[in-house]
Amino acid sequence: MTHLVVVGASLAGLRAVEAVRRDGFDGEVTLIGAEEHLPYDRPPLSKEYLAAEECPDPRYREEETFAGDLDVELLLGTPASALDTAARTVTVGDRTVSYDGLVIATGAHARTLPGTEGLEGVHTVRTLDDAIALRAALRGGTSRLTVVGAGFIGSEVASVGRRLGLEVTILEALETPLARAVGERMGRALTHLHRRHGTEVHTGVAVEEVVSRDGRVRAVRLGDGTEITTDVLVVGIGARPATDWLEGSGLTLDDGVVADETLAAAPGVYVAGDVARWPNALFTDVAPGTMRLEHWTSAADQGGRAARHAVDPASARPYETVPYFWSDWYDGRVQFVGIAAGDHVEVVAGDDAEGGPFTAIYRAGGRIVGALAVDMPAEVMKYRRLIGARKSWDDALELAEQRRQQRAEKARQAAEQQGASA
Amino acid sequence: MRIVVDWDKCTGMGMCESLAPDVFEVDDDGSLILHTEEVSQDQEAEVREAVAACPTEALSLEGPIDA
Repeated sequence: MTHLVVVGASLAGLRAVEAVRRDGFDGEVTLIGAEEHLPYDRPPLSKEYLAAEECPDPRYREEETFAGDLDVELLLGTPASALDTAARTVTVGDRTVSYDGLVIATGAHARTLPGTEGLEGVHTVRTLDDAIALRAALRGGTSRLTVVGAGFIGSEVASVGRRLGLEVTILEALETPLARAVGERMGRALTHLHRRHGTEVHTGVAVEEVVSRDGRVRAVRLGDGTEITTDVLVVGIGARPATDWLEGSGLTLDDGVVADETLAAAPGVYVAGDVARWPNALFTDVAPGTMRLEHWTSAADQGGRAARHAVDPASARPYETVPYFWSDWYDGRVQFVGIAAGDHVEVVAGDDAEGGPFTAIYRAGGRIVGALAVDMPAEVMKYRRLIGARKSWDDALELAEQRRQQRAEKARQAAEQQGASA
Repeated sequence: MRIVVDWDKCTGMGMCESLAPDVFEVDDDGSLILHTEEVSQDQEAEVREAVAACPTEALSLEGPIDA
């Protein structure tokens, strides 16, 4: 192995080059990125980056780190346009880059509403440039914000909007937001959070037309004819894996690049991050097939793993993980571990009827496969370990009971202390 | 070897706890509890994993392993 090429210079790509250098790989390393920016931290872009008075520098590393410590050749600003797995080359602009091992970590593009291209006041939130533009738009005398899509990105932007004092409306096509991510009942529970914070939520509605005047968004017309006037329209209707450049490469493309359990998509070619679709052996018994995750933790993890496999395919072993994502809504945090599949959801702490705080766990095949917490940050990671160890549902209920007792004891001590100091 | 927490960066995401529960724990209010600062040899592997897994890069390691 002499040359590792990593296509995609976001988190997974960064972690790929860092992992092999940390392991002592002394071959050539090239990192290719479509954007001009150095790798940057994406989760804050729909959260504090929009909300804070001063925006923090989202870059993970300085440019010198790549040239120096990491000894990585950076090719930024031009996307890779083709892959030839037989010749082992990647085309970038007018350059052809040869590789011995390749990591594909090209991520995903934000989906847009057809017909809104170039319209002022319409935004997606995916890239740093997106966030810079939206940040300015939310401050420029805006009073009404409309968000299409009640997913996590849309919900976070709505939260920021409320924090900035805007009137916020969310439009969601599904009857229950986030049903696929957290299940029907929990999707309803999360929707309460919006209403509690003064965000209007319309579910089961179709956006018929985005109404504009002089090249600027004015309103959204719904299927039933209702018009919602708005200054800014944020489109948060998901992401589409960035695989266009791989058409005709011979790789299997199916909502992502399909790989085996070791993240291999072809000899010497491994995938990581939002673009990767692979069988996660931890869950194939209860949710057969492959999965694709758009989470920080899996991108970080898979980036390192894919690169290690790419430089030493003989060492490749199955990659399994308990998915984890978090989302900051209003003044609280939503956390989810595992998968939302299964036959039963049980609320083991708090109350979901009012949108929390609460913790719920998910059962499939007689074991715990998922956990959701709203504003109970001490809980989910304890369940994450059980899920990773394939523990039984009874074990999960036992942990829930233990936690209940621990919280009760803590509350009793706190009350006692308060009594003593009164 | 010692664990160093950048308390300004830590937001209690909890990845560290799920990988090294004897060392890290997130409290009910979301703050991080460090059960030990010194990392023993048998904890080293999981602590290194926990440090790498922190979404806010709030964790780092300092000093030699046998210190």
